[in-house]
Formats: sequence, structure tokens, C-alpha cells
Amino acid sequence: MSTDHHGLVAHQFNDAEQQQEAATLGMWAFLITEILFFGGLILAYTIFRTMYPLAFVAGSRELDVALGGANTVVLIFSSFTMAMAVHFGQLGKQKLLVGYLIATLAFGGVFLGVKAYEYNDKIEHQHVPGMDFAYHGEFADEVNPRNVELYFFLYFAMTGVHAVHMIAGVVVLLWLIRAARRGAYSTDYYAPIEMFGLYWHFVDIVWIFLYPLLYLIGRHL
Amino acid sequence: MWEKLFQDFDFFPEQASTLAGEVDALYLFCVAITAVFTIMIPVVILFISLKFKRTDEDYVPKPVHGSLPLEIVWSVVPFVVTMVLFGWGAWVFFEYSSPPPNAMDVHVVGKQWMWKIQHPEGKREIDELHVPVNQPVRLILTSEDVLHSFYVPAFRVKRDAVPGRYQTLWFEATKTGEYHLFCAEYCGTEHSLMKGKVIVMSPADYDAWLNTDEQDGTETPVAAGERQFSEFRCDSCHNSAGGNGPSLDGLYGSQVALADGSRTVADEAYIRESILDPRQRTVHGFGPIMPTFQGQITEEQVFELISYIKTIGVE
Amino acid sequence: MSTASNSLPLEEEPKPNYLTAKYDIASWLLTLDHKRIGILYIITLSIFFALGGVYAGLIRLELLTPAGDLLSSEAYNRTFTAHGVLMVFFVLVPLIPATLGNFLLPLMIGARDVAFPRLNLLSWYLLVIGAITAASALMSGGIDTGWTFYAPLSSRYANGAVLVAIVGVFIAGFSSILTGLNFVITIHKMRAPGLTWFRLPLMVWALYATSLIQVLATPVVAITLVLLGLERVLGVGIFDPALGGDPILFQHMFWFYSHPVVYIMILPAFGVMSEVIACFSKKAIFGYKVIAFSTLAIAVLGFVVWGHHLFVSGQSAYIGLVFSLLTMLIAVPTAIKIFSWIATMWGGSVQMSAPMLYAMGFLGLFTIGGLTGLFLAAMGLDVHVHDTYFIVSHFHYVMVGSAIMGFMAAIHFWWPKMFGRMYHQGFAKIGAILIFLGFNLTFFPQFVVGYLGMPRRYHFYPPEFQIYNVLSTGGAMVLGIGYLLPVLYLTYSLFKGKKATANPWNAKGLEWETSSPPPTFNFEGTPVVTEPAYAYAPETEGEAVVH
Repeated sequence: MSTDHHGLVAHQFNDAEQQQEAATLGMWAFLITEILFFGGLILAYTIFRTMYPLAFVAGSRELDVALGGANTVVLIFSSFTMAMAVHFGQLGKQKLLVGYLIATLAFGGVFLGVKAYEYNDKIEHQHVPGMDFAYHGEFADEVNPRNVELYFFLYFAMTGVHAVHMIAGVVVLLWLIRAARRGAYSTDYYAPIEMFGLYWHFVDIVWIFLYPLLYLIGRHL
Repeated sequence: MWEKLFQDFDFFPEQASTLAGEVDALYLFCVAITAVFTIMIPVVILFISLKFKRTDEDYVPKPVHGSLPLEIVWSVVPFVVTMVLFGWGAWVFFEYSSPPPNAMDVHVVGKQWMWKIQHPEGKREIDELHVPVNQPVRLILTSEDVLHSFYVPAFRVKRDAVPGRYQTLWFEATKTGEYHLFCAEYCGTEHSLMKGKVIVMSPADYDAWLNTDEQDGTETPVAAGERQFSEFRCDSCHNSAGGNGPSLDGLYGSQVALADGSRTVADEAYIRESILDPRQRTVHGFGPIMPTFQGQITEEQVFELISYIKTIGVE
Repeated sequence: MSTASNSLPLEEEPKPNYLTAKYDIASWLLTLDHKRIGILYIITLSIFFALGGVYAGLIRLELLTPAGDLLSSEAYNRTFTAHGVLMVFFVLVPLIPATLGNFLLPLMIGARDVAFPRLNLLSWYLLVIGAITAASALMSGGIDTGWTFYAPLSSRYANGAVLVAIVGVFIAGFSSILTGLNFVITIHKMRAPGLTWFRLPLMVWALYATSLIQVLATPVVAITLVLLGLERVLGVGIFDPALGGDPILFQHMFWFYSHPVVYIMILPAFGVMSEVIACFSKKAIFGYKVIAFSTLAIAVLGFVVWGHHLFVSGQSAYIGLVFSLLTMLIAVPTAIKIFSWIATMWGGSVQMSAPMLYAMGFLGLFTIGGLTGLFLAAMGLDVHVHDTYFIVSHFHYVMVGSAIMGFMAAIHFWWPKMFGRMYHQGFAKIGAILIFLGFNLTFFPQFVVGYLGMPRRYHFYPPEFQIYNVLSTGGAMVLGIGYLLPVLYLTYSLFKGKKATANPWNAKGLEWETSSPPPTFNFEGTPVVTEPAYAYAPETEGEAVVH
């Protein structure tokens, strides 16, 4: 067993390179699994949007494009700060690493805060499926409220599953920041930062798909 | 008791429809293929285990890594066999899917745990289906609650009854008698009790059966539909004088231009949707003003309305 | 590159192995050793299998008579649901990959462990937690949806703890995903020097293909179950048409996972066949590359055939045509494998020892199971046999007959490696024959009664079907004894069996080059591979045919 590299190579690996490659490939495989997980939801969205186009327009117009757009910008910035964190992690610049991780955490927090505000708004407007759902919007005469409810069901399912991923990301970020401040990462060992970076970018990209699906193209037939 | 049991030993259900013989022929073909391989493979293995039995522990046979001709043969043969099966299976399936034009329409609604059936003359029955022999019958199936499946083994026909959809199934019985009717799709607690009989009768007996008036005031689905058409006030908008709704003259089977610019064929499914969820696909030139009848109308009433609408403006 | 071979201290005899390294409970429950985790899986799955078997016994007892007299309708429906959920999600899916796959994969590729040992342990815990969750639903009142959870019955109509059962299956799904992910990475990144892809044992190819399916298909059923659960809780129509949903969508999403899942069960058994047949014929596998690629072909094709479950459900006839055609195509790579194994035996030095006998049982049962699949792929015939006992029999031949027979062959083949003990060959052969006969007696009559029209999930049935059910129940008793027998003689062998040498069968493969049982880190140094798999004869002597 290799014991060089400060004991950071786990017993099953021959060297740090093999460990790094395995971790990277593992992360990618995990993300592919995630794509299929979200894929099921996007399939359901596609089918029901085709079945009930007008109800989906009606539902979509109840959302706040500006808030969704702002959140998109926030996430894109967080992706940038995360990329910088990985960069400085590789260079072993601990202060910058910690700084950018904290920035990422802040952006993630803002996103979740805005999301919480939007959810609250939906609760006030009785747009939560299964909880006295009501629709009185501009298409109230033309659509079956049940189908608008279905739209909101998918809205909550998709953004909810995304938010769960964001929350998980924030928890891991806190842990990474703590470890980084204690100097756990160096030019020889920054895999956790890099792996988390992949995950964080993936969660951002999911939102880049959800935002147009739910907020933008949904507004028009 | 045992003698009784063995008397029943049988490999085929009774053939009582025009399709039964065709399905059985396909089945026999499959059985023959299976029998050939299921006998051949164990026999060859047995032969190998005797002929090439390990006697000398140190003997190491020469490896053979492949043989192109052999591998081609055992790829091509299964391929050809399966393609024949595919073609044959598809052929039979398309016969299942093509009811003859002179078929008699019978409406079937499944619900936990019974089959509700209505004949074109209006007669209703539950868990029993009386049909005349040598007459194609087309069943229009739906369900009030969960999935069911209408299955008559003697006719070799089966089709799921799906809530919210119309599915069709057809058969032509060739023998009078009584046959099992099963629900084949698991549908909850009393699934295995959701069964009944299909009774195939001579045309004369069938007519006699139709006319035994056990039920009071049997009206045909068309008549019942016509009555409901005015009871639900459909006629106040949908009339040939040009009301708030499109005229339904000659609607069934025609092309309808929709508000969103697309076109659709007015089949049973479209008419059903237009009654239950009218704003889904409105007709071009008309506003989305018709109220939904979802929840106010039973599946049987929808059937009757459709039966009537099919006759409007048709001589 | 590791310098391990020189740095390990020489041990005194007897060397500690993975079983004797530590004895306390924590050393098992917190172990990161893939071999110990494999053993944990074997114990867990045996318990679930026994439990699922009890439910199967209840079903067979009830079906002895045409009147539903032993169990009420509700109880019967709960019984077959419990049987299906336990057996499919908690026994057959993890059956070979999680148990023997875990034990063997690192050994076969010359690695010290899988790529992510902690994840591996987590997978086991997820399976256990999922199983306990599901079992709590099954036992506290039970659920009566059938293991297929068809909507809207499961989402809106069925009583009982459906939600809890779904959560259990959902959790177990992640166990499966993580195991698959771990194996994919392990095979890609952890192979010993010189072990190129085409030198891998075919078992590793089979595990690789299986893992791909686990990683790609399982998330879809996970999200489907989430949607089903939400529909049940919130009453919003995704699948229930009364609420605006589409029940056929559920079937598509469910079978997108649940058809490939059959290949999760059967592909590893194919891998076992290649190992056992090569060893007991003392011959290299005929058509190595063809078998490797046909394994991948089956995995890929398996993803695009799910619609053959929907021929009578309301799917368009033209889409049905495509699914029928693709399904037929799967027969080709499958047939190639069977013929290649027979060709491997031809001209070999064939020894019908217990593992080989189980392997031959697999070939027999799988031939029937596979060919009857063609009946169901032919659309015109499927209409009649769909949802009857014909299909019940077909999938038991494949998922139980073949997969469990494959597992049996594997456990008998690698038992000496796992525990360092030999079992009694005579009893093992009797076991193989009993299982084979009992299985056929149980399930063959079901083909007949299925074609006669007996629908599945019926406990009241017309009296003319009784004879077949009596035969079937009789067969189930033989089968039960057949499955019990290995438990007895294998357990006995643990304590009293003859000590096994490192390579009792004179087999090829890295796992046979370390001691039995292997040490904790598998090899005393990193093995270097210089020859192809199954090099039973020196290559120069062979009349190698190019391909």
C-alpha cells in the first residue's frame, strides 16, 4: 500500500492519480444518474404541456419572471465563484479558496431565500396543489383549474427537487469551508473541491433548463 | 376426485371465435420452436457430458476461440425465426385491431368490481354479455375508476379498460354456448370475483332475449342520448339553426378545425373530451364558453350522448 | 505504481484472512471490506428470500383449491404484493451483483477493494433501511397494489400503507444505483496492470453491463415513485385520468425501469455461466468477444423494449410494432450466448461437479424462459396470454429459475474461496436436481393453465383449472426442499467441511491466485496479468481461430 502523499490516498488506490481519476469518473456517473432523475420530471412536463397547453400558459403567467430571472443570474454568479474556488484550490491559495467558497455559499443562500419568497407567494395565492388550490387568473374562464393545478404540481416537484439539491449543496459547502479554513486542501489534494464544483455546476445547469421551461416558454402557446 | 381432475386436463381453451384458430396456429408454431430447442439443448448437453467426460485430471483440451461459419449460422437462424414470429404476430395483431364495418357496437364500462354492458338496442346487463353467433361485435370499453381488462379466453381477446379513454375490441363468435369473461388487469380487492359470462346465442334466441322485457322502459342509447341532449340543454347552443355552439350535423368522423389552427377527426374520444373538458380543444370560431360536464354525468350517459350525436344530421 | 509486493511483512502461519482479521460485531457492521460487505448482503438477502418464500408458500396453498377459502381476498392480494415487492426489489435486483459481485469484482480485477468502499457500505445500509421500511408497510396491514403499483389503483384507490412501501422501494433504489456506480468506476479505474478490457473475465463484463443499467434505469423509477406518492398525498392528477392525469404514462415510466431490471437479474447469471462452464470444461470460452459484446447489446436493447408490456393497454398499435421488433432482436444475442457456451463444452474435459450441474440447470430453465418470451413478444399472441399465468410462469422461469439457478451455481463455485471450506458434493448435486425438477413441476403447469386463460392475481378461479394448480403447489413443495437443502449442507460445511486449497477447481482467474479465504487486502502485492482470461491451455498449443 502506498503511504506517501501525506496518507491522503485511500487504501484501495495505488496512487493519488488513480484516486483522482476514480473520483472524477464517479462524480460524472452520479451526475448522469441525476440527469435521468430530472429527466422523468421533464418527460412528465412535456407530455402534460402537450395535453393541456393553455392551462400551462395560465399557470406560467402566475409566476414572477423577474424573480426567476434574478435567481438565474444569482446562480450563474455562484457558478463563476465556484469555478474560481476550484481554480484557487488547485493553486493552493487558501484565502482566496475560502473567500470564493463563502461567496458561493452566499449566492446559494440568496437563491434559496428568493425561492422561499416565491413559494410563500404561491401559498398565499392558493397555488399549492392539494391544499385548497384555486386559480382566478386571466384564463379562469377557459381552462380547467385541475390542469393548472397539474402545472403547479410539476412546478413544485421540479423546483422542489432542485431546491433539495441546492440545500444539500449548501450543507456540503459549509463543511468544505470549515475544512478549507483548517488548511485541509493543498495543491496535492483538492479533489473534494473539484468534485463539489462539478455537482454545483450541474445543479446550476438544471436550473438553466427549469427557468425557461417553467417561467418563459410556458407563457406563450 | 382425481379422475374428475384429470378429465379436465387440456392444453387449449375452446375455440369459439374467428380469431381463436389463428392465435392457436401462431401459438403452436411458438410451441414447436420451443420444443425443438428445449429438447435439443439438454440432449446435446447430456451427450457432451458423456462423450467429453473428464477422465484424466491432467488432460487439457485444445481451446477453440471461435468459428465464423458456426457463429453466423447461430446468429442468422434465430434472427430469421424471430422475424417470422414478429411478422406473424403483427399480422394477427392487426386483425385484432381491424373490426369489420358491419360490427355491432356494445358499450362496456368496468368498475370495481363489475362489468356494466349496454347493447345498441338499449338493453343493459351486468357481468353477462349476450351476443348473436356469427355476428361481428365491437366493444367500446372504458372504466369508471381503475384499470380493468376485458378478457374472454375462448375468443382469445383481451383489452384494457382505461379510465378516461375509449378502447375497442372486436370478435365474431362462431359457436353458441357460455364462455368465461375475466377481468385480467389487477383492479383491487375483488379482482378475482370480477368475472362473468359471455353467452353466444343463435340470432333468433338473441332477438328473443333482447325482447324479454325485464327492465322497465328500455330505450335505445340513441333515444336516451337524445333525451339527455335536451335535458342537459345541449340543444340550446348546438342546433342546426346556428346557436352559440357549432352545429353537430354530420359531426362524427368529420374533420374539425380547431381554435388553435390545427385539425382533428371527430371520433368518439374527441366527442367525449368535448363533453367532459370542452375548453381543451374548442372549434374554430367559437369562444370557450361551454361548461364542463365532468362529475355531472356518468360514463353510460356519455356513451348515450355520443350514440345520439353520431346520428345527428345523418340520414 | 505500487511497491506493495516488497513492503508487506511476511506473516506467520496461519495467515489471518478477511474472516479472521477481527471478530467483533462492529468490525462487520462498519466494515469497508468488499468481501465482508458481500457476506452481509448474502445474509440479508437470504432472510428476505426466506420471507418472500413464505409468502409464495401461502399463495400456493391458497391456490390448491378454486374457492378462495384459506385467505380473504384482501389478505390474498396483500400476500402476492408482499411476495412480489420483497422478491423483486429486495432479493432479485441485488441478488448476484451485491453479493458475489461485491465479493468477486475486486478479486477478479486484482484490486484491493472497490473504488469507493464507504459508498459500498452505505449501499448495504440503504438496502436494509429500504427493506425495513417496506417490510413495516407490508406487515402493518400490508398493501394490495401488486408489485407493479399500477396507477390509479395505487395512487387513489388502494388502502394501506402504500406510501411507506414506496418510500422503502425508493431508498432501496439508491442502494442499487450506488452499487452500480461503484462497480462502473471500479472496473474502469482499478484493474491490475496488464488486465486489459479483453482480458477481463466475462463475469466482469456482465457486472459492467448490469451496473450501467442500474445507474441509468433506476433513477427513472425513483422519480416515478415520487410522482406516484405525491399524487397519492396531494390528490393532483399525474396518473389518474379523473384528475387530468394519464395512467398509461405511469406504465411507460414504470417499465422503462422494470423491464431493464430483468437484465439486472439475468446478466450477472450469464457471467457466472461463462466462468463455471470454462472451468469445468477446462477450455477457453468459445467466442469471448462475441459474448462480451452480446452482453452489452442485451443491456442496450433492454432499454428500448419496455413497450412490450403495453400491447393491450392502449398504446398505439404502430408503436407496439416497434417494441415487438426490438424485443425479438434480443433473442439473437441471447441465443448466441447459449450456443457459445455449448460450443465451449464441446471437446472439453467436462466434469459435472455441483457448480456445473447448477449451471446446466440454468441453461435448461433459461432456454424455456427465454423462448417463452418470444410468445409474449409476438403481439398477436400476447393479447391472449397477457396478464395470465402464462406470463407469471415465463417471468419466474427467467427471474427465479434462471437468476437463482445462476446464483446457486456461483455460490457453489466460489464457496471454497469465500469461506475456505468444501461442501458435500453429493448433497449439492441432489440439491441441484431437486431444484430443477421442483421448479419445472411448479411452473410448467402454469404455462398450460395460462394459455387456458387463468388470469394472474386470481384466488377464486374456475374449477377446471384446479389440476394445474395442484401440480404447481406440489412442485412448490419440492422446490422449497430444494432451496432448503443448500442452506443445510453449506452451513454444515462452514464448521465441518474439508479445508479448501487456494484453487480447488483448478480454475483460471485472479481470484484463484490468492489464498482461500483471501486476506483483507486480497493479494500480497499487486498482481500483474500477462495472459488472456481462461488460458487453460498454453496459447501456443491452441488452434486459435481468428475473429
